[in-house]
Amino acid sequence: METIFSGFLKAIGLLISFDKELYGIILLSLIISGGAVIIATFLGLPLGIITGLKKFFGRDFLATLLNTFMGLPPVVVGLTVYLILSRSGPLGFMDLIYTPYAMVIAQVILATPIIAALSHSTVVAIDPIIRDTARTLGATSSQIAWTIIQESRYSLVTSVIAGFGRITAEVGAVLIVGGNIAGYTRVMTTTIALETSKGEFGVAIALGIILILISFLINSMLHAIRKKGIR
Amino acid sequence: MKIGKIIPLFFVLSVLFFYIEPLDAGAIRIRCASTTSTQNSGFFDYLLPKFEKKNGIKVDIIAVGTGQALEIGKRGDVDLVIVHSKEDEIRMVREGYFVERFNIMYNDFIILGPSDDPAGIKGLKTAPNAFRKIAASGKSFMSRGDNSGTHKTELKIWQEAKIDPREKRWYIEVGQGMENTLRVADQKRGYTLTDRGTWLSTKDRNRFNMEILVEGDPLLFNQYGIMAVNPSKHPHTKYREAKVFIDWIVSPAGQKAIADFKDRQGNAIFIPNAK
Repeated sequence: METIFSGFLKAIGLLISFDKELYGIILLSLIISGGAVIIATFLGLPLGIITGLKKFFGRDFLATLLNTFMGLPPVVVGLTVYLILSRSGPLGFMDLIYTPYAMVIAQVILATPIIAALSHSTVVAIDPIIRDTARTLGATSSQIAWTIIQESRYSLVTSVIAGFGRITAEVGAVLIVGGNIAGYTRVMTTTIALETSKGEFGVAIALGIILILISFLINSMLHAIRKKGIR
Repeated sequence: MKIGKIIPLFFVLSVLFFYIEPLDAGAIRIRCASTTSTQNSGFFDYLLPKFEKKNGIKVDIIAVGTGQALEIGKRGDVDLVIVHSKEDEIRMVREGYFVERFNIMYNDFIILGPSDDPAGIKGLKTAPNAFRKIAASGKSFMSRGDNSGTHKTELKIWQEAKIDPREKRWYIEVGQGMENTLRVADQKRGYTLTDRGTWLSTKDRNRFNMEILVEGDPLLFNQYGIMAVNPSKHPHTKYREAKVFIDWIVSPAGQKAIADFKDRQGNAIFIPNAK
């Protein structure tokens, strides 16, 4: 009980004194996950929307695949990315292992299927009346597609935010490919793991609070967007 | 909220993303794989600034178990390693993965257990005898179980004791770093093997109810070594810079810095022995 209390006090102290190291870690986490979610959006949204709207061979299979990859275990992604980027791996010459870029790559792999699968189910679920109405009004197929995207824009944003939420909270993959190097690849989740293993619960709790706050903000945004979408 | 309003947000994030670049620039960075025990004791936080300030080389530590440290060294993912498994180190130098191995410091392993010592091993002179007694008592024993230097020493002692602990009910493989293993041993009131450095540097902040029960057996000697990855196997590694660091750590200045690293009561955590 005492540990929890003193850890909590220390956490508040670190947060309000704007401890440089702590805020450096928070900033780095946001940059890495922010960058990853941008890339994942450019990959995942088109992928999800196209598999949702266009009929082509293997479409159902692709949709199932996307849903499967939504639940990829982060450590498996980390291990795979490590083996590929390792200096003895196929892309070793790029010298990316144990850099923030390796962490971005791992997070893109984690976030893309989430964004794709959620946006897929969004456009599939759009009321067929909208599609039919657009068609009877003489819309071309690309105009129909655009109408559906317009109609589902709130849910599409939701899927991007869900992807972001997942990767900021993830620890297994970034630990393996980033190496948790102080001031370079050390992000919130890996710091929590390290500080806990060191018995320094104050820093761990401080970052835990931040992570929960971020999660809360994300969910508030989600909620606000959904409400707008319903109206 | 229109989709159009999100584009500026993306733009801001993209700009921030390039902020990673300056973090990357500046001093030459070398990567050193080392053990969780050296990292958790605060050793590198203490030692590295002394070297970095003088030489303009930044040393990034990747803290893993000795087994993994040697493996990522072999793969060329780091420039050098600081580990504690002398036989493996010498073998891998012979196999050509690393250039040359130097002793840098030592401490010793100790057998810890609950203060009331239910297996009655306190004061025994040899580690295998103590392990045999723990096994006979059926009290739990926490193993690192992670191929680390400590784990390898522990397995050597079981071998000397002629006991195969695997799949015994009292044998618990924690699979985590040294400090976490100590914490599990403390919580479960079991026995464990640890290096003295980790014990001295972590016992106060964790308020462990354990004490040193067996020490001083030559089997418990814990030698740390340093070696650079062989640049003829991995030409991209920064051998020259790694060698600057190695030369410093075995020099009188580096060795003195190691000797001056102490716990709160003033006990030395490592004893330098590079010669």
